[in-house]
Amino acid sequence: MHPLRKKRLTIVLFLVAGIAIAVGLTTYALRQNINLFYDPTQIAAGEAPVDVRIRAGGMVEAGSVVREPNSLKVIFRVTDFNESVPVEYEGILPDLFAEGQGVVAMGRLNDSGRFVADQVLAKHDENYMPPEVADSLKKDVAGQSSSAETTGSATY
Amino acid sequence: MWQWFHKLGSPKWFFGIANRLMPWLLAGGLIILAVGVVWGLAFAPKDYLQGNSYRIIFIHVPTAFLAQSVYIMMAVAAVVTLVWRMKLADVFVKAVAPVGLVLTFLALFTGAVWGKPTWGTWWIWDARLTSMLILLFLYGGVIALDRAINDEKSAARAVAVLVLVGVVNIPIIKYSVEWWNTLHQPATLKLTEKPSMSSEMLIPLLLSILGLYLLFGWLACIRMQTEILVREQRTKWVREMVMAGRN
Repeated sequence: MHPLRKKRLTIVLFLVAGIAIAVGLTTYALRQNINLFYDPTQIAAGEAPVDVRIRAGGMVEAGSVVREPNSLKVIFRVTDFNESVPVEYEGILPDLFAEGQGVVAMGRLNDSGRFVADQVLAKHDENYMPPEVADSLKKDVAGQSSSAETTGSATY
Repeated sequence: MWQWFHKLGSPKWFFGIANRLMPWLLAGGLIILAVGVVWGLAFAPKDYLQGNSYRIIFIHVPTAFLAQSVYIMMAVAAVVTLVWRMKLADVFVKAVAPVGLVLTFLALFTGAVWGKPTWGTWWIWDARLTSMLILLFLYGGVIALDRAINDEKSAARAVAVLVLVGVVNIPIIKYSVEWWNTLHQPATLKLTEKPSMSSEMLIPLLLSILGLYLLFGWLACIRMQTEILVREQRTKWVREMVMAGRN
């Protein structure tokens, strides 16, 4: 390669590397601001500020959704399978809201550790499949656990 | 190898190659894209969770995918411009920047349309959406900077530097969903692992991406040819070609 071009190439590489390092350090320093939400572990550890508008996200714990009969108020627990946070919300939930599905709620954490949300968004995962496949997957899981139970009971 | 490389830099040579490639790119792109999109929108099974609304993925993912890979191609061309001072590389950057802008806009727009029924919001300032918006502004900046400088050579260099500065945004877009908590779900199509999508949906999606790539190739060729004709209008070969076309 021509020496002049080699020199230019080195400059270009230094330019790109320098910017990458600068941007990398900036985004690393700002990582808590870039994170869209606090997960239940962070909230349980007291990392989330109390009575400040923040977002909390995680999975809706199975069997935790309680709806008040005469209003739109709903109470559920958001979990990351490590810790969980009770969430209270009054309003219309998105269609994809269900137990075992992801949500991101916006609101304030009160003194008693309950998250009072004024907006609940659904977060879905990256898996796409036809309903039949999802059904058979569910059956497989159910079948395995029931067969595990039977083998378990057989050894007793 | 170097000889081939320098030949590639000759606008006249490129013009001829593009002429031969373009019918294939256009026909292949239109057919494959049509098959992929129609298959995806009308015949692919619906999703177990989102039902039919997930089908916008067959437009959203190809546009978002292309928006990013067009930028990577521009960055490679920018290195060639800065190091080898090859005119054709600069012609490429100028020709495809508006295409990238439109693709990024479409990705953001289809994403918003998809987000409303599934997430419950048109827009959220999470890392994926924000970095994609920055990509839109980068494309806009590249176009504006090119228009702002009259001298062709200094415009080429300034634009190349801007493109290279912006290229750090590409890995940020790609990994935003892994590095930070976002509302946007992680990638379905992965480089190393099996895609998390059943094959009846995956095949039309991959076809749509391939079709859009070919169509982009055609669009890049025709736009580059136009740019070459404008720049080389005083050269002998362009004049001869135009005269021959008239007769």
